[in-house]
Amino acid sequence: MIDVDRIREDFPILKRRLKNGKGLVYFDNAATTQKPRQVIDAIYDYYMNYNSNIHRGVHQLAVEATEAYESSRRKAARFINAGEDEVIFTRNTTEAINLVAYAWARKSIQKGDGIIITELEHHSNIVPWQMVAKEKGARLDYIRVNLEHSYDGSLVLDDIHTLLRESNVRLVAVSHMSNVLGTIIPVKDIIKACKNYDNSIKVLVDGAQSTPHMPINVKDMQCDFFAFSAHKMLGPTGVGVLYGERGLLDTMDPFLTGGDMIREVHKYDTRWNDLPWRFEAGTPNIADVIGFGAAIDYLDSIGMNNVKAYEHELTKYMLSRLIEVKDIRVYGSMNADERGAVFSFTLADIHPHDLASILDEDGVAIRSGHHCAQPLMERLGVAATSRASLYIYNTKEEIDRFIESLNRARLIFRLGG
Amino acid sequence: MSSADIYREIILDYYRNPRNYGKLDNPDVVVRDSNPLCGDEIEMHIKFEGGKVKDIRFNGKGCAISQASASMLTEIVMNKSIDEVRKISKEDILANLGLTNLGPARIKCALLSLKTFKMGLYSYLADKVNDATSIKEDADKLY
Repeated sequence: MIDVDRIREDFPILKRRLKNGKGLVYFDNAATTQKPRQVIDAIYDYYMNYNSNIHRGVHQLAVEATEAYESSRRKAARFINAGEDEVIFTRNTTEAINLVAYAWARKSIQKGDGIIITELEHHSNIVPWQMVAKEKGARLDYIRVNLEHSYDGSLVLDDIHTLLRESNVRLVAVSHMSNVLGTIIPVKDIIKACKNYDNSIKVLVDGAQSTPHMPINVKDMQCDFFAFSAHKMLGPTGVGVLYGERGLLDTMDPFLTGGDMIREVHKYDTRWNDLPWRFEAGTPNIADVIGFGAAIDYLDSIGMNNVKAYEHELTKYMLSRLIEVKDIRVYGSMNADERGAVFSFTLADIHPHDLASILDEDGVAIRSGHHCAQPLMERLGVAATSRASLYIYNTKEEIDRFIESLNRARLIFRLGG
Repeated sequence: MSSADIYREIILDYYRNPRNYGKLDNPDVVVRDSNPLCGDEIEMHIKFEGGKVKDIRFNGKGCAISQASASMLTEIVMNKSIDEVRKISKEDILANLGLTNLGPARIKCALLSLKTFKMGLYSYLADKVNDATSIKEDADKLY
């Protein structure tokens, strides 16, 4: 098990006092996580000591910066069990998904073909496919969220088999973990079902919410694309990763064109660079990619199995405390084995924004709103929820403070005992 | 402002039992606006007669502050002359709500209904008076 007190020491922000003197309980990790000193130091070190553009430079700073940048790629590749040439740095998960939409889908999806996504996707894994479907005259179908018995938040997996038969499906794009319900999606089973049906179907997995919290193995999963963001896993903002299977990436033309992604440029003709640089046009976000490398080192030093086990403990505790709160409605599974530490809920008739304001007063940072998943909110029949999301530096004591604050909100809203 | 000061009995009462909630059959103006940041929505139906606000209803969804504020606003403007309601300022609304010290995150919730109302008033007056632009400027200044 992990030593949470020692981990907390690495996060300077967790020591800060808020305006009213309250200590911070940061429960908004599904939006972005805090950064350990090691990540902040790595970025500072780059700017202070070896700031330089990368690739093709022969001076010492350029060599050092290139090595640091590419070593982050090696770390990211190892972290998800990909090849180095299969890891493309983007700005974020959204850009990674858009890269697939532009560089692959627009060329590979024809009129009448099908794209399958799910009802619990983040907007970033919905809108790009809506655009492709509209442009190409392709179908867009949704695997439903299971609301038959309760708000358990699982997918109606049988839908896949039905939908696969209904059109010439070319792409299945599915989240690995819901940013609202916390549901962990059995992506491996989904991929297997798709590939068994038709091996030429490509599967993209949105790993923005899963990668920070559990071991990821893209080869074992057998996905074609996998996207995630550095800033949700202790790294800086402005860095995302697209994993693409090597053979598939090789068939793809660039998304953005210009510097660094070329091998030879002549007046009227250009040859693309090798993988993965073909997909990284222009000077990349060097400092933050280097910072991301430090974030991966940090997670590796803890061990992703330990991260997962600790969060499982927190999840069990959180669920046990949430059900004690009167008038609360939790969306998503109450079984800690089926979900991650993201908890969406409503409390009586208190609007989520009012609730978030009251909790903020107690130093408890949660998010409220539609969480960039409006189709899911519509399906759940709510306009907004409150969401608490946890990470490795959170503690059971913080959960207690959160629950205490929920009960204070009930009092402020004159809700009876 | 502390939550205890914001969510006073009167705010919660207007939130839970909103006055003038609903729609009008023959409104002169239907206007709606939302706060994209938090999703608060207000729709207003307004009927004018004899230079006055003859009748008004609102509906929508959102936090206690936005909904209570909208309901109170309908009471303030009901039966008032157009000249009077044009002059209602954001300070008037905040004072009426007893929320004079709201932080930047919540002040838009409190003022959404006034903005919506002024936009409605503007669209009504646009055909009728020459200085409608000044009202539009008033409305724009609210945010």
